[in-house]
Amino acid sequence: MSPLTSAMPTIDYGAIAPVLIVLGGACVSVLLEALLPWRVRGRVQLGFTLLVVVAGLLAVIVRSTSGAPAVTTLAGALAVDGPALFLWGTLLALAIPSVLLLADRSVEPGGAFVADPVALGEAEEKEKAREARVAVGARSGGGGRSRARTGGGDGAGRDGAGRDGGRGRALRARDTVEGHTEIHPFVLFALGGMLVFCAADDLLTMFIALEVLSLPLYLLCGLARRKRLMSQESAVKYFLLGAFSSAFFLYGLALLYGYADSVKLADISQAAAGSLRPDSLLFGGLALLVVGLMFKASVGPFHTWTPDVYQGAPTSVTAFMAACTKVAAFGAILRVFTVAFGSTVWEWRGVLWAVAIASMVIGAVLGLTQTDVKRMIAYSSVAHAGFLLLGAMAITPAGLSATLFYLLAYGFTTVALFGLVSLVRGPDGEATHLSAWAGLGKRSPVVAAAVTFLMLALAGIPLTSGFTAKFAVFSAALADGMTPLVIVALVVSAVAAFFYLRLIVLMYFSEPAADGPTVSVPGPFTTVAITLGVVVTLLLGVVPTAVLGWADGLSFLG
Amino acid sequence: MSPTIYLLLSALLFAIGAVGVLVRRNAIVVFMCIELMLNAVNLTLVTFARINGSLGGQIMAFFVMVVAAAEVVVGLSIIMAIFRTRRTTSVDDANLLKY
Repeated sequence: MSPLTSAMPTIDYGAIAPVLIVLGGACVSVLLEALLPWRVRGRVQLGFTLLVVVAGLLAVIVRSTSGAPAVTTLAGALAVDGPALFLWGTLLALAIPSVLLLADRSVEPGGAFVADPVALGEAEEKEKAREARVAVGARSGGGGRSRARTGGGDGAGRDGAGRDGGRGRALRARDTVEGHTEIHPFVLFALGGMLVFCAADDLLTMFIALEVLSLPLYLLCGLARRKRLMSQESAVKYFLLGAFSSAFFLYGLALLYGYADSVKLADISQAAAGSLRPDSLLFGGLALLVVGLMFKASVGPFHTWTPDVYQGAPTSVTAFMAACTKVAAFGAILRVFTVAFGSTVWEWRGVLWAVAIASMVIGAVLGLTQTDVKRMIAYSSVAHAGFLLLGAMAITPAGLSATLFYLLAYGFTTVALFGLVSLVRGPDGEATHLSAWAGLGKRSPVVAAAVTFLMLALAGIPLTSGFTAKFAVFSAALADGMTPLVIVALVVSAVAAFFYLRLIVLMYFSEPAADGPTVSVPGPFTTVAITLGVVVTLLLGVVPTAVLGWADGLSFLG
Repeated sequence: MSPTIYLLLSALLFAIGAVGVLVRRNAIVVFMCIELMLNAVNLTLVTFARINGSLGGQIMAFFVMVVAAAEVVVGLSIIMAIFRTRRTTSVDDANLLKY
């Protein structure tokens, strides 16, 4: 193959428009970050990010309603087929409430992220100047009252009664300084990586996308304004374990390259049908590849990072990560299983049975012992990953559509739930310990009702999206001859329902603690995000046919 | 010499890296072990490119190098951040989040 004869690959710009919009938007967002003064940056960045996400979503809708045929483009690097468009739509739709939660400044004054150093310096200067003025005023007998504001809604314990007044004021001024706006380009890059990840038709593209989606998330985890040590610890843990698992993914890629002489999914499938090379390369490669993918999806025994990172990261980042990463990772798992390994399914499925059972049992049993709401939801997500794996292992059209539906339903429920978690606050930030949630139903009936509804959705009670999704996945698995797994899944659902219901009981049937947390009244961003999640959860439970109809009849290319 | 021996070498390097990640305490050393794993993969890719007689593996090795470099930037900045607040990079000392 001489380089002179190799032709440029044709690029179907219409098909990959959503990816181009999001990644191009991310680059422009970096420029905005560099060029705009910090006073207007936050608002402009938020508006621009939302614009990019909505434009991407519109491009996906236009593409999927135009009836354009499924194509692989960029020399076979991306496959834009039915499932890819569904996953893109899901990711971009989930990104809207996630971005709103990330940008919220009403719950935590100044936002949930560490303060911008330039803005911080300026605020401190101003505070010093004011203090000097106050000192002059006090000497001349005037009562120089500080005008530093006292927390929007979470002032409890922060009015600095027993505190040195000047220092307290300076601290409060620090608190209100706007957080970093780098979060917006980070989110757009991560989102772009996710879009590529679930449409990648060869393993190398998938690996690059895996890194593009992971690296911004590692950084986002470490940016919390409060509980800095926990936040940074979660970033270190996520980073080291994430890099470790992506090395496994890469070694799997290398072995499969040795087996098939190509990393294209379709070529691997073809080679598996008849290759002279030893099968140990194929299955060794598959095993290592699956470790990397399962890690990202926080399945089963590869979940150890999940509770720590979900707890330590800022709650809005957790919401984005929990919903979108799971969608992208399961999108990639579905594609790899169906396209590359569909022909050898009977030889590897036994191992995945064990993984799915481990995931469901670990999630449910360890979830029972948790005392922190965010950790509890993390273990619940491990159990849900097991359920999702059930659908992904059934390499049938029903399994595919059920898994896609489950991802959409689970994503919206999770985003709304983390949005609500961020509202319950104590004197030093969010109060996530279970005891702090006691009697929330009396103190704040609306929040408690919303949490209850979402918990029921996670447990899979009828009239919520959780029930429809579980029903679809379990019946697909049953039809594909996985009866024992479905029985395990049903038992595990019952066990997991216990800890969801325990929180509900705690909220309604116990007395609120005297010094309990306050529930912040959310600003418009968080309200919209939570409402969207709750409404989608309800709609997918009551009238699921529209979305199920869309998910039905989608099939992977190749 | 048969190229297969390079596959064994790279598998060995990968295993050394993996064991290093599991047993070492310093975050920087853990990270270096991960880099060792990535470079072991590069050796595997190049060897398979030689065995298969195709160029793909060599090109993939370049991609891996670029990704590894990007990972270094992010990883070291995170480790720097935690070193500034904790004055240590030991992964055993970061133990606020558990159970």
